[in-house]
Amino acid sequence: MRRGTPSWLFALVLTSLLCAAPAVQAQAEPPAAPRPPSGLMFADIPDDAGSAVKLDWRLSPDDSAGVGVVTGYVLERGDSPVGPWTLVDSLLARTSTTVDNRIKRNHAYFYRITAYGPGGTTPALASAGPAIGRESWFNSTRTSVLVFLVVFFLLVLYYMSAAQGGKKPFVRRLAGIDAIEEAIGRATEMGRPVLYVPGIQDIDEIQTVAALVILESVARMTARYETPIRVPVAYPIPFTIAQEMVKSGYVNAGRPEAYEPDSVSFVSPEQFAYAAKLSGIMLRDKPAAHLFMGSFYGESLLLAETGFATGAIQVAGTANVHQLPFFVVACDYTLIGEELFAASAYLSGEPRLVGGLKGADVLKLLIIVTILVGCVLETFGHHGLTQWMQTQ
Amino acid sequence: MKRELPLLLTAIIGLFMILSFFVPNHLVSVPADFLQQCAVIMVAFGYVLGGANALQANLESIARRQQDWPYKIVLVVSLVGTVAIGIAEGRQWQDSDRISMFLYNQVYSPMQGTMFALLAFYIASAAFRAFRIRTVEAGLLAVAALIVMLGRVPVGDAATNWLPEPLHLGVMQDWIMNVPQNAAKRAILIGAAMGVMATGLRVILGIERSYLGGGD
Repeated sequence: MRRGTPSWLFALVLTSLLCAAPAVQAQAEPPAAPRPPSGLMFADIPDDAGSAVKLDWRLSPDDSAGVGVVTGYVLERGDSPVGPWTLVDSLLARTSTTVDNRIKRNHAYFYRITAYGPGGTTPALASAGPAIGRESWFNSTRTSVLVFLVVFFLLVLYYMSAAQGGKKPFVRRLAGIDAIEEAIGRATEMGRPVLYVPGIQDIDEIQTVAALVILESVARMTARYETPIRVPVAYPIPFTIAQEMVKSGYVNAGRPEAYEPDSVSFVSPEQFAYAAKLSGIMLRDKPAAHLFMGSFYGESLLLAETGFATGAIQVAGTANVHQLPFFVVACDYTLIGEELFAASAYLSGEPRLVGGLKGADVLKLLIIVTILVGCVLETFGHHGLTQWMQTQ
Repeated sequence: MKRELPLLLTAIIGLFMILSFFVPNHLVSVPADFLQQCAVIMVAFGYVLGGANALQANLESIARRQQDWPYKIVLVVSLVGTVAIGIAEGRQWQDSDRISMFLYNQVYSPMQGTMFALLAFYIASAAFRAFRIRTVEAGLLAVAALIVMLGRVPVGDAATNWLPEPLHLGVMQDWIMNVPQNAAKRAILIGAAMGVMATGLRVILGIERSYLGGGD
């Protein structure tokens, strides 16, 4: 020690070195690899196309919360008990189950699972298999849907045939549907066109189908009243169908020569581009009646409010629950939910279509009874009906 | 025959798709997936028809110098230009340095955003009309709306903290949204589902056939 160096500083440095020594020694020692998980079990997922197998295992004995020896698990799959192995999934610690849903149907697979951590990976204990994903012929979780569907179809067919045989059921009038003819009449008096908007969805949306079916009846009325109709359409397939519908309406009204091919136009599938075009039509051409039928989203209020500002009579119909309040506020009449689907039957008055409405009403009654029975059963702790109604 | 064949095809494919909902076996699910892919391809061809109609209608308006025809020039140039640039850039059109992406980010998105932003003003005017209390029902609606709006912001709950818990605005708005609102919404949805099934059945059985047009 050199002269001038305080002895207390020397003592401090020495103490620090002595204290640090065990830590340095601990860092140098590699941690042990976690012990492997065990008891790997497999089971075919029922009611599917044979594309999934469920796997369960017991956690590694070193996998305890907060210990950190196990970082996760690696699940592998092979065609034989000895491999070669393909990675299925890497799972977090404390996970003891997963589903492999990327397998080929009716093919035998073997699985193995290992645990890994900061200390490395231990070899798997053994492989499990053969696991085979069997495809089913019937998804039994959908039995309740099938039962209700069959009952519904039978009811509708029965009431349709009864209506065809002369027993036309009574259906109460809907103000919104009566208002369609009133709106077209008003447009005729004012010498202005009728604007018909069949929603902003493609033909795979059933509301668009319903809207196009209603269009035929509306076109028949406009043909009878000799009032021009404008039908801007958002998607190409509904556009071609809308052309057929309008043409059909004019033919059925006995005025095929009055049909204008330009009355139906393709606009754009882009929501707000479509809304902009429609707003332009409303403000420039000033149609006296706006009929919004079909599926609508955020543009519903833009359309209905612009239409309201022009003073046109407006009738809307949609099953999109979130848009209904906007239409109720901004339109004179609104067809709510199922009324949109019933409108074509009301407008055409065709006995078979009206009979179909009666069938739907009877099923609705059946569903109400089922809900009430379900409530009672659940209240008394019986879950059978609820479980039967659950689908996958 | 012109009408019978499409009706027959509709019935067969419609029933097959219903069957595929219940039968997961590959003999049913694979053809069902294939049919859905066919539908996507058909829709793609439909865009050609749609584009042709848009071009034809707007070019006619320009040729006849109809009202606002200069705007239609903008539309036609935009339509043709976007398609031409997209075809020229090919599969790399989504790369950040491409003109297509520039048009998307700098023209298309701002225009969409502008239109969407207009909703705020429309909602204000619609809400003003909706909450005018003219009848008992309108009064109930206004009171419920007031509770929900106030209950969803912290100040509403804070202002009623001194009341018993069931009278807190936050609790009341939760009840309104979860019980009467949900019940009404589900009723509408169940009814609409019936309508969907009825319409589907009518189309499958050929009872609803007006979409085939008026000709024989």
